[in-house]
Amino acid sequence: MKNLILIVVAGALINNVVLNQFLGICSFLGVSKQMKASASLGGAVIFVITVASGVASLLYDYVLKPFDLDYMKTIVFILVIAALVQIVEMFLKKTSPAMYKALGIYLPLITTNCAVLGVALTNVQNGYNFIESVLSGFGTAVGYTIAIVLLAGIRSRINEEDIPAPLRGAPIVLISAALMSIAFMGFPGLSF
Amino acid sequence: MLGIIIATVMITIIGIVVGTGLVYTAKKFYVEADPREIKVRECLPGNNCGACGYAGCDAVAAAIVKGDAPVNACPVGGASVTEKIGEIMGTSADAQERKTAFVRCAGTCEVTHDQGNYIGIRDCRSAVLSGMNVTECSYGCLGYGSCVSVCPQNAISVKDGAAVVDPSRCIGCGLCCKACPRGLIELVPESRKVRVQCSNRDKGAQVKAVCSAGCIGCMLCTRQCEFDAITVTDNLAKVNYANCTQCGKCADKCPVKAITPPASKRDNMNGERK
Repeated sequence: MKNLILIVVAGALINNVVLNQFLGICSFLGVSKQMKASASLGGAVIFVITVASGVASLLYDYVLKPFDLDYMKTIVFILVIAALVQIVEMFLKKTSPAMYKALGIYLPLITTNCAVLGVALTNVQNGYNFIESVLSGFGTAVGYTIAIVLLAGIRSRINEEDIPAPLRGAPIVLISAALMSIAFMGFPGLSF
Repeated sequence: MLGIIIATVMITIIGIVVGTGLVYTAKKFYVEADPREIKVRECLPGNNCGACGYAGCDAVAAAIVKGDAPVNACPVGGASVTEKIGEIMGTSADAQERKTAFVRCAGTCEVTHDQGNYIGIRDCRSAVLSGMNVTECSYGCLGYGSCVSVCPQNAISVKDGAAVVDPSRCIGCGLCCKACPRGLIELVPESRKVRVQCSNRDKGAQVKAVCSAGCIGCMLCTRQCEFDAITVTDNLAKVNYANCTQCGKCADKCPVKAITPPASKRDNMNGERK
């Protein structure tokens, strides 16, 4: 039990997918302009990564491993994750239009997000079973959401400040992200 | 060799299973949509860029069919897309005339002045929040360019202390109208060139004291107009664009030249006074 909780906490904070592993940077910087969009994207990411890591884990354990196709995992995971997100999108559109509207454009956008694939591959590398994979995926996605919502909050403050002209726009965002990353480097020092 | 065959077969099987699954889900969870919505969606560029303000091309197509968005909602597609969507929706593209933003103030540094010395953040909204009367005219353009910073097309510039819109670049998104803390910017049909370039509702003498280009509410334009197209309320002239025939008599007669002349009577088309 302690092990499972540790996997979630490690995924969310200690090995934060954006700030410690540097995955999913594009959407992290691109969508963090507005708090509302960031939160929606975070929700979509939690949903997709949790489902995708579960499916990827099953696929790896019951199809790829028995046939010695370990080296094909990258391409198979991409294929399956992309299709999975499409199916989930169609399913949501029919059964839960409200949720479809809330996640909106972000659902198909994260199909090709490197964080999604990264989590699936890391799970396999760590030899996680199905439950551990799902929890690790969930934790990682929560970590992504924490990071992007924090950055969105910082950026909304930055917008009101008088920033030196050369640093306006992208540079100040990168600096803020770097400072956040340094702060998150403190988590690996925690001991349990 | 056997490894390659196994890999190929397995990936093919996975591909077929996934593909079949997708087709099955698409059929099973097919959402009945307005046939016009699908047609409108096909006309749109499909980049899902979000420049229209909706969450992608599907969303704006649904809004157009519902009537929530105009047929020219897509700023990326331009005239050709607007025309195609207009055909589907049964309204011609002409019926929806292109609207461009217009700053209802001509308060350049030549005609009016700043009051006091505002040294805060270079932003109109901050200037208003500071509580001080930044400009002599309490209705006029502040010139710190909040509209400039929100314009996605770089169509607005601050010249001599007053914002000016370049109509050729304006896409009529209306972001500047919301950004202006004094509500000076409005969307006007592009062909309607006779516009009142002032928002001051004070009495004539007070206007004269702070700005030499401000509307003094003298009613000369109203008397001049044969079509009931210009009225003065609260000491400020207002053009009724539906009635205006672009004759330009009001602009000729205006003692302070607060009314912009029609296209036929100006040299440049930049929306600036001659």
